Amino acid sequence: MLNTKISKEDLERISGVNTRKCMKCGKCSATCPNFDAMDYHPHQFIDMVDKGNIAPLLESKAIWTCLSCMACLQRCPRSVEPAKLIEAVRLAVVRQQGENRLAAEDIPELLDEDLPQQAIVSAFRKYKK
Amino acid sequence: MQRIGVFVCWCGTNIAATVDVAKVAETLKSEPGVVFATDYQYMCSASGQEIIKNAIKEHNLTGVVICSCSPRMHEATFRKTVQAAGINPYMLEIANIREQCSWIHKDKEEATEKAIILGRAAIAKVHLNAPLTSMESPVVKRALVIGGGIAGIQTALDIADAGFEVDIVEKQPTIGGKMAQLDKTFPTLDCAACILTPKMVDAGSNDKVNLYTYCEVDKVEGFVGNFKVTIKQKPRYVDATKCTGCGECTTKCPSRKNPNEFNMGFDNRGAVYIPFAQAVPKVATIDPDDCIYMKTGKCGLCAKVCTAGAINYEQKEEFITKEYGAIVVATGYNQIKPTEFEEYGYNNYKDVVTSLEFERLMNAAGPTGGHLLRPSNGKEPKKIVFVQCVGSRGQSCRDKSYCSKICCMYTAKHAMLVKDHYPDVDVTVFYIDVRTPGKNFDEFYRRAVEEFGVHYIKGMVGKVEEEDGVLKVQASDLLANAQIHMDADMVVLAAAIEPDKSARPLATMLTASMDTNDFFTEAHAKLRPVESPTAGIFLSGTCQGPKDIPETVSQASACAAKVIGLLAKDHLLCNPCVAHSNETLCNGCSTCANVCPYGAITYEDRLVMDKGVRETRRIAVVNEAVCQGCGACTVTCPSGAMDLKGFANRQIMAEVDAICR
Ligand SMILES: Cc1cc2nc3c(=O)[nH]c(=O)nc-3n(C[C@H](O)[C@H](O)[C@H](O)COP(=O)(O)OP(=O)(O)OC[C@H]3O[C@@H](n4cnc5c(N)ncnc54)[C@H](O)[C@@H]3O)c2cc1C
Ligand code: SF4
Ligand code: SF4
Ligand code: SF4
Ligand code: SF4
Repeated sequence: MLNTKISKEDLERISGVNTRKCMKCGKCSATCPNFDAMDYHPHQFIDMVDKGNIAPLLESKAIWTCLSCMACLQRCPRSVEPAKLIEAVRLAVVRQQGENRLAAEDIPELLDEDLPQQAIVSAFRKYKK
Repeated sequence: MQRIGVFVCWCGTNIAATVDVAKVAETLKSEPGVVFATDYQYMCSASGQEIIKNAIKEHNLTGVVICSCSPRMHEATFRKTVQAAGINPYMLEIANIREQCSWIHKDKEEATEKAIILGRAAIAKVHLNAPLTSMESPVVKRALVIGGGIAGIQTALDIADAGFEVDIVEKQPTIGGKMAQLDKTFPTLDCAACILTPKMVDAGSNDKVNLYTYCEVDKVEGFVGNFKVTIKQKPRYVDATKCTGCGECTTKCPSRKNPNEFNMGFDNRGAVYIPFAQAVPKVATIDPDDCIYMKTGKCGLCAKVCTAGAINYEQKEEFITKEYGAIVVATGYNQIKPTEFEEYGYNNYKDVVTSLEFERLMNAAGPTGGHLLRPSNGKEPKKIVFVQCVGSRGQSCRDKSYCSKICCMYTAKHAMLVKDHYPDVDVTVFYIDVRTPGKNFDEFYRRAVEEFGVHYIKGMVGKVEEEDGVLKVQASDLLANAQIHMDADMVVLAAAIEPDKSARPLATMLTASMDTNDFFTEAHAKLRPVESPTAGIFLSGTCQGPKDIPETVSQASACAAKVIGLLAKDHLLCNPCVAHSNETLCNGCSTCANVCPYGAITYEDRLVMDKGVRETRRIAVVNEAVCQGCGACTVTCPSGAMDLKGFANRQIMAEVDAICR
């Protein structure tokens, strides 16, 4: 069972994100290339964590479908860095799931020509503690 | 021995809530020399000042210590009070127990102890105070205005109206500033040129106003009432006294590939040009970087066609030195070029423009004759997207931290004008907040939405890309929690505004302070908003912070009122707390003159009696009218000969001793 007692403070500490800096401009979600595949969007992560509404995020699809491309982090005018917060939520889940599901040795086998470098980095973010 | 009175102010609860004021008065009563001590709710009020005056008379006081707010607040007030009761104003000391004590402490016991210590230090100083008399310096009855935008023009006209001479130094070939480039102006939609050009003509024809266009301030010396300013006249290569402004040269010049700055580079101008038809002065200027003759020695066509014989390729820069009593800074703003925001595609797509560029595209006197056409293909746009807050209100390295203040309103204006001229065009505005605090401002914005059907969407644009000549806009619609994709023919960026780049070096020349954004700082945010903390330097318009025209003009006139108040005086009282050198200690080493920022120190050979020996020595002499009492020389002097009146080393040491006691 997933421990859903992850607090706002835990997430802010893990990510280094201060949700109060957000001015609710929506630039992150305007920038996000994978918006349609995410059930919660970067600006919602900031808003929901700020309000302590964290449980739905822990169960969300978005933590896995976020490409960790960092576009939202780079474009946010207030340097809130939503991608880091999404990562923190994901880590809160990944760490509870115990084992690593991806080892560096597995990579050559999985590699195909079209795979962007970033996808490999992103995979590590999702399948390793 | 001095007879000192101590007056402890409550400042309502500002001080009294954290400092036991009665205890401070009671304790300080037993300090040596103190013959009277009391506390009162508002020492600066009429009745508070009465208490001070009465005590001076009743107890024959020779010195006064007031424990209150910062001397920046009320030193002048209390100096007048004690003077009215017959003691020298420099026999007063203020112990700051508000900003430096009650406001920054929570513990009442500690704060009270600190207030007592600060009071004790002030008492120790008063024991060593001596009466000082201010010298007078004459006021030059002429003002200098730097920058000839609407702010500078308005300030100059108001000063001239009061009968004083005023010079405007403008770095461009014409006055007018950014307002000259605007189309219609919010909130009333009157045309900028119709209201600005008469003022420009007034400035040009008023015999009290002198225009120094195509000029820059090169050097500033002196002090309030007596500035000496060197103005650099850049060469126009046209004799301004002969040029009639007929424009014949500008049409004949074969060098035509030069971007026309006035039209934001949408068309070209000749190497010899007059910025726009209503320019003041209406005189041609040759840009030497564009002129074929200046680069190759061939051409000279303009000289041939000019019937007035005004062209002069040999013109050199000139320097003019004049004296002024007051200096007004009105250097304005510029809109940033959003080149760092690659997501909006400003660098790549011609149809992505800034709002100032858009003003030119809408302007009847602009490159398209007021017909709105896409810069890429000259066709009429059908869909326009406006993006607000580009480069404003951010914390990243690309952004300004402040709100540019004018863009919400001019975006509503642009959207409304487009809908008015071309009702079929679809107009969308992306906003974070719509900020419209101003008379008739919110009504103006609501009209754009309700009457003209402009779509306002809360959210930012994340990406603009071009595909087959159409701009693809990806943006947030926060209220719908959606990411939207729409096509546009033009994207207009409400880019942030920033102070002119020349403002920082100018501030250094004027010793006027600026904030981290390079806006000039006012002497007091609320009570002295049009003065710089440097005496004699005044602020007008957007150089002090983002402003629209109504606010700029109000500030410009307020600034003129302050300048007139200064110029109306024949003399100014100088600060008597100036440096002086002790001739028996000074060894004429010149160290002090090197650090004096005001050039107040010279040296002279003087006959000196020292320990029974009479000899001629080189001694530092301070010009008391020039010295501003900054004290740089006193700490530099290796022989301890320099000292400040009113802030002598032994006075400061007495304060330190009293604190450490
Ligand atoms: C796109 C856009 C639309 C706008 N629309 C409106 C509107 O509809 N209504 C409204 O009220 N306001 C509007 N504004 C705001 C308006 O332009 C400003 O409020 C106004 O122009 C400020 O005037 P200023 O004199 O302070 O500055 P400026 O117009 O910038 O004038 C400053 C002058 O000083 C000169 N200068 C600068 N540095 C030096 C130097 N070192 N030495 C000598 N000269 C120097 C400059 O060349 C310039 O001529 C708009 C602004 C923009 C960007
Ligand atoms: S990091 Fe995730 S949330 Fe941020 S822009 Fe990329 S995909 Fe979207
Ligand atoms: S871009 Fe930054 S400030 Fe804007 S909504 Fe997203 S997190 Fe908040
Ligand atoms: S001399 Fe220079 S400014 Fe004059 S017409 Fe030739 S190119 Fe133009
Ligand atoms: S005035 Fe409006 S558009 Fe301009 S920075 Fe402020 S909020 Fe943004």
